Amino acid sequence: MPKCQTGIQGLDEITGGGLPLGRPTLVCGGAGCGKTLLGIEFLVRGALLHNEPGVFLAFEETAEELAQNVASLGFDLADLIEHKQLAVDYVHIERSEIDETGEYDLEGLFIRLGHAIDSIGAKRVVLDTLETLFSGLPNVTILRAELRRLFRWLKEKGVTAVITAERGDGALTRHGLEEYVSDCVLLLDHRVEGQISTRRLRIVKYRGSSHGTNEFPFLIDEGGISVLPITSLQLQHKASSERISSGVPALDAMLGGPGFFRGSSVLVSGTAGVGKTSLACHAADACCQRGERCLFFAFEESEAQLLRNMRSIGLDLGPWVKQGLLRFHTGRPTMNGLEMHLASIHKQVEAFGPHLVVVDPITNFISAGTATEASSMLMRLVDYLKSREITALLTNLNHVASAVEQTDMGISSLIDTWLFLQDIELNGERNRGLHILKSRGMAHSNQVREFLLTDRGVQLTEVYLGPEGVLTGSARLAQESKEKSTEVLRGLEIERKRRDLARRQQALEAQIAVLQLQFQTEEEELKRDIAGEQAFVEQQEQGRHEMARSRKADSNGHPGSPKRARK
Amino acid sequence: MIRKSRSNGQAVQTAAPKRWHLRLYVAGQTPKSVAAFANLQRICEEHLAGEFEIEVIDLIENPRLAKDDQIVAIPTLVRKLPEPVRKIIGDLSDMERTLVGLQLRTSRI
Repeated sequence: MPKCQTGIQGLDEITGGGLPLGRPTLVCGGAGCGKTLLGIEFLVRGALLHNEPGVFLAFEETAEELAQNVASLGFDLADLIEHKQLAVDYVHIERSEIDETGEYDLEGLFIRLGHAIDSIGAKRVVLDTLETLFSGLPNVTILRAELRRLFRWLKEKGVTAVITAERGDGALTRHGLEEYVSDCVLLLDHRVEGQISTRRLRIVKYRGSSHGTNEFPFLIDEGGISVLPITSLQLQHKASSERISSGVPALDAMLGGPGFFRGSSVLVSGTAGVGKTSLACHAADACCQRGERCLFFAFEESEAQLLRNMRSIGLDLGPWVKQGLLRFHTGRPTMNGLEMHLASIHKQVEAFGPHLVVVDPITNFISAGTATEASSMLMRLVDYLKSREITALLTNLNHVASAVEQTDMGISSLIDTWLFLQDIELNGERNRGLHILKSRGMAHSNQVREFLLTDRGVQLTEVYLGPEGVLTGSARLAQESKEKSTEVLRGLEIERKRRDLARRQQALEAQIAVLQLQFQTEEEELKRDIAGEQAFVEQQEQGRHEMARSRKADSNGHPGSPKRARK
Repeated sequence: MIRKSRSNGQAVQTAAPKRWHLRLYVAGQTPKSVAAFANLQRICEEHLAGEFEIEVIDLIENPRLAKDDQIVAIPTLVRKLPEPVRKIIGDLSDMERTLVGLQLRTSRI
């Protein structure tokens, strides 16, 4: 089935290419739901993007009013009219000045419309809101017959038409226009829940074409209408195996070395004041250090406050902001409805082209919608970022410290790496612990680390794991000092023993010296004695010898020395 | 046949502005348009003799003129003068209603 691209963001996707070409489409909805805007944007986009001139037949606003109303969306109707891309005809029926006598038809309307179409060669036509004819003309029988003729005539003209109509009670339109326009019917809706409004669009029918049947949220902002299709149900993201640093070396180490996967979704959850934002800022800092862009959505602090607070832990993000690598987008979550947030995030991402997107925190989105909506919105956000290979770092505030595995929005399944920061309360003080709840596709530490916010940024230290359990903070310090003092004592003991040993050795050596001395003395004495004895013996020998010589005795004759005699 | 004439046949008085200025919008020579013109002329001659001027505008010839008087239905009779502007749609076959519509029932001198 040939289709006519509307050029409205997202609408062509959910209608599978646009509205039925050359046929009328009915757009119905309550007051203020964006019918007129959808119509005018259909024409403006047609003129600008597809070079298809259009006619706007306005039953409710004058051309000037219309131009003023859409000027805030950046549509310059006067310019389009001047370039013959657009013709606006204001059709007004003042009931009070009209009387009716006898037969008539709406040929005047046909002629006006036909003239407008022919004057610019229009391919698109918008009738907004045709139903006002019912209040202007009393003869409903004639009117209905003429409307039927009008739609047939529009088809013959081959123009793609959008007819807007007020929503009626229990019916699509107040005057049953859906009877005549049977090819395509769009229903717009504007609901307010918890004081926050969300606009939705649904394709009620689309003859001869497959279409999404869901209600698609859409929003109207300074760029016109954006319908947000849930494209994410496809799960066809590319998966990068590139790793990027988390900005905290110890955390990178816990994640098996290099850090997160590029394009993965990281959730940092924890109770209040555990340092989620600080961790996120580290990641942002690391991102900028790589020369990549980071888009930081802060929903709790202003940019100035955030920068100041981060300086207190030695993280100066100011230069990155100046260099244009880091951009903050701050605002209260309740500022907009969820869809508005999502669209605004989309827009910012498109405009800035970041490598890392931080949303701090996602929790507050619940306050801007219901939990279901928040979950669906986050799912689309995560999928959107994944499809662009943008790393997403989300923080989440857990209200109950004990409910570790329970995230408020049940988005854990969307998350690739989930860091959990927790309070460890012990001995009258609170300390922070960090562990990795899960991290898809990488070997990661299962340890709980103590998470310290120092003036040099986030530090992770090993917690004390002992018989008394996990010790952190001063308990850990106490344990450490206890261990240290024990160590010192042991050292002293060893020293003492060593000295003792030395002393003993010295004593022993002294003893040895004394003994040696004694021995020396004795030895000397003995040697002296020996020498004396020898001298005596020699002397006697000599004496005997001399005596023998003097006696001239035979040497053999000496009985006392037979050896010598044998010699 | 509709005579596309500004005159009502009393050419003598064309110089002076008429008290009644009526404009009839038609789209070609349709039976409704022809009937409307005939009915209008009869009523005028009967009730406004000498004081009226009828202007017939065929939108098929001049489609852009439909904008000025906000014409949607055909035929439409517009009472331009006397003010305020009144519009009567239809073939004017109901003379009573036409007279009320033209406010001739009450304003008739």
